[in-house]
Amino acid sequence: MLAEYLPVAVLFVIAFLFVALSLLVSSKLGPSRPNPVKNAAYESGIIPDPETAVGGSRFPVRFYLVAMLFIIFDVEAVFLYPWATVLRDLSWYGLAVMGVFVALLFESYYYVLRKGGLEWD
Amino acid sequence: MTLLAQIPPLQIPDIAWSAISPELVLFGVGILALLLDTAGPQRLQASFLVFGFAAAGAGYIALSTEQSVLPGLVGLAALGQFALTAIWRDRPRLLSALLAALGFAGAIGVTTWQWGAYSGRLVGADAATFVGTDSLLGGMVAVDGVALFTRVTVCLAGLVTVPLSFAYAEERRIHRGEYYPLLLFAATGMTLLASSADFIMVFIAIEVLSLSLYILAGFAKRDLNSQEAALKYFLLGAFSSALLLYGIALVYGVTGSTNIAEAGRAFSSLDAPQGMAVAAMALLIVGFGFKTAIVPFHMWTPDVYQGAPTPITGFMAAATKAAAFAAFLRVFVGAFAPLQWSWTPVLWVLAALTMLAGAILAVVQNDVKRMLGYSAVAHAGYVLIGFVAVNRAGVSGVLVYLLIYTFMSLGSFGVLALLERRNHKAMAIDDLRGLGRRDPVPAGMLALFLLSLAGIPGTAGFVAKFAVFRAGIEAGHAALVVIAVVSSVIAAFFYIRVIVAMFMEDVPEGVAAEAPLAPSTGMSAGIAFSAAVMVAFGTVLPFLLVDLADQAATFVS
Amino acid sequence: MENVLTPPAGSPVDFAWLIPVVPALSAGLLLVFGKRLGRLSSAVAILSIGFSATLSTMVFAFLQAQPEEGRVFVRTLGTWLSVGGADGLRVDWALLIDPLASVMLLLVTWVGLLIHVYSLGYMAHDERNPQFFAYLNLFAASMLILVTGSSFLTLFVGWELVGLCSYLLVGFWFERRDYATAAKKAFVVNRIGDVGFMIAMFLIFATFGSLTFADVLPAVSTAATGVLIAVGLLLFVGATGKSAQIPLFVWLPDAMAGPTPVSALIHAATMVTAGVYLVARASPLYLEIPDVGLLVAWVGAATAFVAAAIACAQVDLKRILAYSTVSQLGYMFIGVGVGDYTAGVFHLLTHGFFKALLFLAAGSVMHAVADETDIRRMGGLFSKMPVTAVTSLIAVLAIAGFPYTSGFFSKEEVLASAAARPGAQGIWVLGILVAGMTAFYMARWFVLIFLGSPRWAEGVRPHESPPSMTLPLVVLAVGSAAGGLLNTSPEDGFLHHWLEPSVAAFAADGHFLSEGLLLGAALGVAAVGGLLGALLYLRVDVATVGVGGGARNAARRRYYVDEVYETIVMRPGRAMADAFAAFDRRGIDGAVNGLARMTAGVATVGRRTQTGFVRSYALAVLAGTVLIAALFASGVVFGGIR
Repeated sequence: MLAEYLPVAVLFVIAFLFVALSLLVSSKLGPSRPNPVKNAAYESGIIPDPETAVGGSRFPVRFYLVAMLFIIFDVEAVFLYPWATVLRDLSWYGLAVMGVFVALLFESYYYVLRKGGLEWD
Repeated sequence: MTLLAQIPPLQIPDIAWSAISPELVLFGVGILALLLDTAGPQRLQASFLVFGFAAAGAGYIALSTEQSVLPGLVGLAALGQFALTAIWRDRPRLLSALLAALGFAGAIGVTTWQWGAYSGRLVGADAATFVGTDSLLGGMVAVDGVALFTRVTVCLAGLVTVPLSFAYAEERRIHRGEYYPLLLFAATGMTLLASSADFIMVFIAIEVLSLSLYILAGFAKRDLNSQEAALKYFLLGAFSSALLLYGIALVYGVTGSTNIAEAGRAFSSLDAPQGMAVAAMALLIVGFGFKTAIVPFHMWTPDVYQGAPTPITGFMAAATKAAAFAAFLRVFVGAFAPLQWSWTPVLWVLAALTMLAGAILAVVQNDVKRMLGYSAVAHAGYVLIGFVAVNRAGVSGVLVYLLIYTFMSLGSFGVLALLERRNHKAMAIDDLRGLGRRDPVPAGMLALFLLSLAGIPGTAGFVAKFAVFRAGIEAGHAALVVIAVVSSVIAAFFYIRVIVAMFMEDVPEGVAAEAPLAPSTGMSAGIAFSAAVMVAFGTVLPFLLVDLADQAATFVS
Repeated sequence: MENVLTPPAGSPVDFAWLIPVVPALSAGLLLVFGKRLGRLSSAVAILSIGFSATLSTMVFAFLQAQPEEGRVFVRTLGTWLSVGGADGLRVDWALLIDPLASVMLLLVTWVGLLIHVYSLGYMAHDERNPQFFAYLNLFAASMLILVTGSSFLTLFVGWELVGLCSYLLVGFWFERRDYATAAKKAFVVNRIGDVGFMIAMFLIFATFGSLTFADVLPAVSTAATGVLIAVGLLLFVGATGKSAQIPLFVWLPDAMAGPTPVSALIHAATMVTAGVYLVARASPLYLEIPDVGLLVAWVGAATAFVAAAIACAQVDLKRILAYSTVSQLGYMFIGVGVGDYTAGVFHLLTHGFFKALLFLAAGSVMHAVADETDIRRMGGLFSKMPVTAVTSLIAVLAIAGFPYTSGFFSKEEVLASAAARPGAQGIWVLGILVAGMTAFYMARWFVLIFLGSPRWAEGVRPHESPPSMTLPLVVLAVGSAAGGLLNTSPEDGFLHHWLEPSVAAFAADGHFLSEGLLLGAALGVAAVGGLLGALLYLRVDVATVGVGGGARNAARRRYYVDEVYETIVMRPGRAMADAFAAFDRRGIDGAVNGLARMTAGVATVGRRTQTGFVRSYALAVLAGTVLIAALFASGVVFGGIR
């Protein structure tokens, strides 16, 4: 019975080996010339807040907010793709229902906008 | 133009939207309230826009399908919201609260209509479209007695919570626009949970209600206790959701279906007890046990109940419990009944633990809210008695208990909210000393709710206890009922302690200068309504309630 | 109970539901509008209970006019609870009006009416007068629900409501903290008894499928003896709570904190007798299990003895009466325990008269001496308040069993039944002893209050109470004196025949002594006790009673006979009384408190698990998951075998 899971186990092993190997290889082969800019946390091109950067591990909470908003709207928008493929069958009714859905989506977007959820500072 | 011309004319597929009409009402009103709040000064315009779209949609449906009742109602509702907005355009909170109250009332109305169809009193063509023995909307939603009864319970809880919240939130300066929409969304999740016929639906509903409640629990942003409550609730809730989801995955793994009834059938046709099935049930119990606050998954309750804004505490204790128990019932008593030999002993032990731990731990509490939090745990234990009975009487007992508990909980937390408003702090038992003398009416009301919680005959609490105890006895769980009686004696002690403090002890020094209680109209109405229900169902009307619950104790298969 | 009739329309029984409803309505009215009604509220209260009393009398008369086999009526008003369809549980709001209920109705309403009238004078100066009358009304209504309940459940509703009212009334003067404590104690102890009652009820339902007396009682012989024994014991546990029997009697003496009319109504005449009523009501059940009955009788006898011993050493005039009540309740349980239900109920009725009278007299005395309750600071009040004194004397004679008073007949009947029951001779001996002790402490009570030299404090001007207070005393005195006429002989007295349709008959087995000897023994012991008490406390300078120091020495020097008394009677007696009182305080109270403390202790340990850290909560969830898995595993393993 366990034999069915053998491929999974093999996959695990391969994945582990791949990660370990690439880390090992890059640390051995790659040149290491650190400078402050390279060591700074990557924050989507925004210069890290010096105060938080001192600790080195803290991360502005704004990123979470934006990330979460992005995921929410992104996931909602995913519904549009399967819908588009069957629109012909769904006909007007499908359009109307998606209209309601999008209206709800816009309402949330409007809410976020008005509450200042998208303002960076 | 050419694209549009290719699309055939409007054809409405046969989707039984009416099955989730209460949820649609709640959710719609929630969105509307949120929109009107977001629109700020432009709310009248926004409201008009909504009116315009709704009226146009309703008109179009009316013309194309020759139906008149539904579009008419939608049109009326759209007009009503516009009128309300026009009247109270300068008082956004009041407008929001009014809309929420109307939303709950509307949902109750719609559910009553469904009940009419369910109980066969409403004979009509569309009765058959959403009420039947099968689940609806692709096997996602069950409109059965348990669902309908719990929907009413939840909406009644919401209806009482709104007036209780208004002055309280105002006073604590936490009256922000999201409050009522979140309440409505939480209620949507709860009613949906109560009528879920599919594990996926159960999960979605639990997430909807939990996310709203996480925010509501932390609504007093500046209060550290409230923050703590929200964070704890969130972290532990996420943890338990994961376990629940794991359980659902295992159910799917064993049975190949996420439909509750189908999974039950597949389970019962298993030849031998299978490890995976047992593990699935165990994880489901953990998930539901967390939401219903069963020992040992109750640890969050006292902290969260204490920290959350008081009316929200009442709502959480009552409505969440009702909804989660309904789903719990549907899964175990409804679908997994053939396997009861395996899970009743487990729930038996949990029930005993819950009743005893809840009652015993409440004894040493000084903060009244916290004490009521533990007592809520004990009450979950009593409800479990009806659960392990695994018969119709048990289901009916659970429904009765939860409805009555809703009013006991909201009433007692409502009085506490009233007192906190004046004292600007959490109430310890010592703070209640001599209250009966200074403010006899609120003290009397609180005493009534506490006596009812203690299950003194003549109050509704007794009827509730009696209903579940009887089911337990009938199912042969006499020992469990004995434990329950012992637990309720312990519980009587701490309820009485509060009453003694209120009526038989002197006002502590230095309190005389306190401002008089100024109950707002809303709070008085909410508390008085709960008290009236308490008395009515305790004395002259219990048969009505028990009778309804008896009719409601059915599941779709 | 086999022959249950529906009352004919228009008959008093048809309207019997008004008997509890009218006082209840009046109570509601007074609670809401009491402040506005002011003085009028007492009139409303008295009128409402007066109405109930009149209607109860009409009900009684109506029953009497019926043929003997047609005196059991059930008046159904409506459904209260109905669960589980046709074969499920159904409880109606219904009244059971039968001879037993009718005499209880008469007792409750008429004694209640007298006490309402009395309160008019007694509570005249209390600012919360309307509230008090509302509570009294509410209590009367609850007690009436209790005695007319047609099922165990409706009886239980009344049972809990009277407890609640008693609790409200005991704590009526909540300004004093210990009063509130007393109220809480009464409530909690009663709840412990109620556990027994509730479990018994569920057991009855599980066995018979019904809770109505008319269904259950005729069917008792069909049930297994084990079940019946369990039910009988559990019901008795409930009865010991309400009727203050060992081991749950501790609350009653403390409950004397309440206003005196309350003590008279609730803690003497009516509520505390509910346990006796319950056993009498369930008599067909106890008939099936005579051994449990014997246990009931033994508990009653032991309680009677212990309480009487404690009463001998008390100095608070109400506490003496409270212990005396406990002791007399013990007699009633002897009666119903040995199977002579008529005798038990008979003693319940006569006790209702004379104990209510004693309490009201005590209230009258307290009224006269500025709320003093220490009998050592009274004395010589006879000439100051002749009506109270004479009526008290009648009550004292009645409770002591003086020939031809009401207490004489009822107590003799109880003792005779005990003597006639094989295996109960020990109970009879104890009963005789208690009769002597009763005479002793009641004589002491009377002598110290009304005779001897005045010892009240400076500035107190004793005076006779107003007519509203003395009138009830006189009426009750007539009842105490003549109440024995109800049942002059155990075989063919009126009450004996009257109760036949309601309670099981007593199967006498012949006495182990001749009747004359029995009577003589009881009378002799009582006479010795009474005379001893009277002489001892008349002659002794009262300062010796429990007061140490110089006064005692002086007394000793004056009467050498005291030394003898002291050694022979007082010391052992006092030692015993003190020991019992200490046992009461430490042993029983200790057990109750200990239980409470144990709960708190467990809770404190449990509280430690509530650390407040999310991580430990999550751990608990995980542990719970493991627990559930383990439970399932054991269930699967053992369940599979099963």
